[in-house]
Amino acid sequence: MGVGINVEHLNAWYGTTHTLQDINLNIPANHATALIGPSGCGKSTFVRCLNRMHETNPIARASGVVKMGDIDIYKDASPVTIRRRVGMVFQRPNPFPTMSIYDNVASGLKLNGFRNKAILDETVERSLKASALWEEVKDDLKKKSGASLSGGQQQRMCIARALAVDPEVLLMDEPASALDPVSTSKIEDLIFQLKSQYTIVIVTHNMQQAARVAENTGFFLNGKMVEFDSTDRIFTNPKDKRTEDYITGRFG
Amino acid sequence: MATRIKFQQNLDDLKERLLIMAGMAEQAIQRSIEAYRTRDLSICELVFQSEPVINRLEREIDQMALDLLAMEQPMAIDLRFILSVIRINADLERVGDQAVNIAVRIREMGAFANIELPVDIPKLASLSAAMVRKALQAFIEADAEMAQSVLKLDDQVDEMNDAAFYSLSTLIKERPELTPQSLNALIIARNLERVGDHATNIAEDVIFWVRGKDVRHNNPSRA
Repeated sequence: MGVGINVEHLNAWYGTTHTLQDINLNIPANHATALIGPSGCGKSTFVRCLNRMHETNPIARASGVVKMGDIDIYKDASPVTIRRRVGMVFQRPNPFPTMSIYDNVASGLKLNGFRNKAILDETVERSLKASALWEEVKDDLKKKSGASLSGGQQQRMCIARALAVDPEVLLMDEPASALDPVSTSKIEDLIFQLKSQYTIVIVTHNMQQAARVAENTGFFLNGKMVEFDSTDRIFTNPKDKRTEDYITGRFG
Repeated sequence: MATRIKFQQNLDDLKERLLIMAGMAEQAIQRSIEAYRTRDLSICELVFQSEPVINRLEREIDQMALDLLAMEQPMAIDLRFILSVIRINADLERVGDQAVNIAVRIREMGAFANIELPVDIPKLASLSAAMVRKALQAFIEADAEMAQSVLKLDDQVDEMNDAAFYSLSTLIKERPELTPQSLNALIIARNLERVGDHATNIAEDVIFWVRGKDVRHNNPSRA
């Protein structure tokens, strides 16, 4: 099951640039939450703070509290532990090109020391079913490389890879922006199905996508979160003029 | 820097088209009132002629709004604007229909003696027409407060319609030979009351567009 994420006074820097400024936010468990905003507004930095990926950049740092359930991820756990609990899917599918589909999906588990073939088989099948790819690849699991799949299939394989380590939170950074409309619909359908088991945070530039998949939406601008509300409220009657100007395309 | 120039231009075109429709609907009501006052059937004829034009405009505006919804995926205030235009469009078409209904009654009344009836149709008419004008002015100026003031006028129109019903039904009882004229006047009063209702709807749509608040069905006096 997913856990709620409670963010208090989160600040982040790249070198001297203050990229996230005092973000306070409650992301409810087992819901999809969308983050929107213009390029460079800090939304990707924000999600990278949720799995401690931000700090992998040597000039980056963060301060504040991020709680996943009861765990303060910057105090109570190592980055490795956190990344097991928080799966991430990126804008462009990033399969391990020399690995088979099976090994791509199982890679996270293997890295964590799992060797039992029965468990690996079961997990690969379960994850590929959860990412709605199983029927398309079940006969070629070990024959085909992950890179031989179509872009949409690769992205669903990457989602399966993220799900295989049984996370509680799934972060998605523009997961469908490189995909055609049919593959995009499949990813959106997946988000709809997966949120009963995972807490999903999705960064998107596509506002219709945010409106379709997320119950709540946050609008980021210049490193600050301007507004966070139910998605229908944000897209029909936002409170802040800046949100309205952005979603109606009056920005610029 | 201006953005979404084509979309903004299309929204302006949509508004302009709706205002042409509004002008026609308002003119149809004014003409029907004039026809009542003068019993001039040639004015009724003008009202009948305007109906197909209003109907065509209604279809055009709906199509423009539909195209914008499909092509531009409007959000927030733009989405509310287009939704309001679709609703106002339907109300204006109905205002045009009411003008036609009134003109039909006036034509009927022409077959009977022109007698003095205990109902002030011109006053009711001017109040209903004023509501339409004010609601449209609120739309033009995106003025939610002005739209709010229209809602208050509807109670007066309703009261006048109720008074007309009472006095005319009393007249029918007392002087049955005047039933045809009284019934026609009663129906005209009812048509004008409906015009007031459409003006109310338009005003509510302006408030929804500007403020994002749905104020429909909120008037306790009409509950």
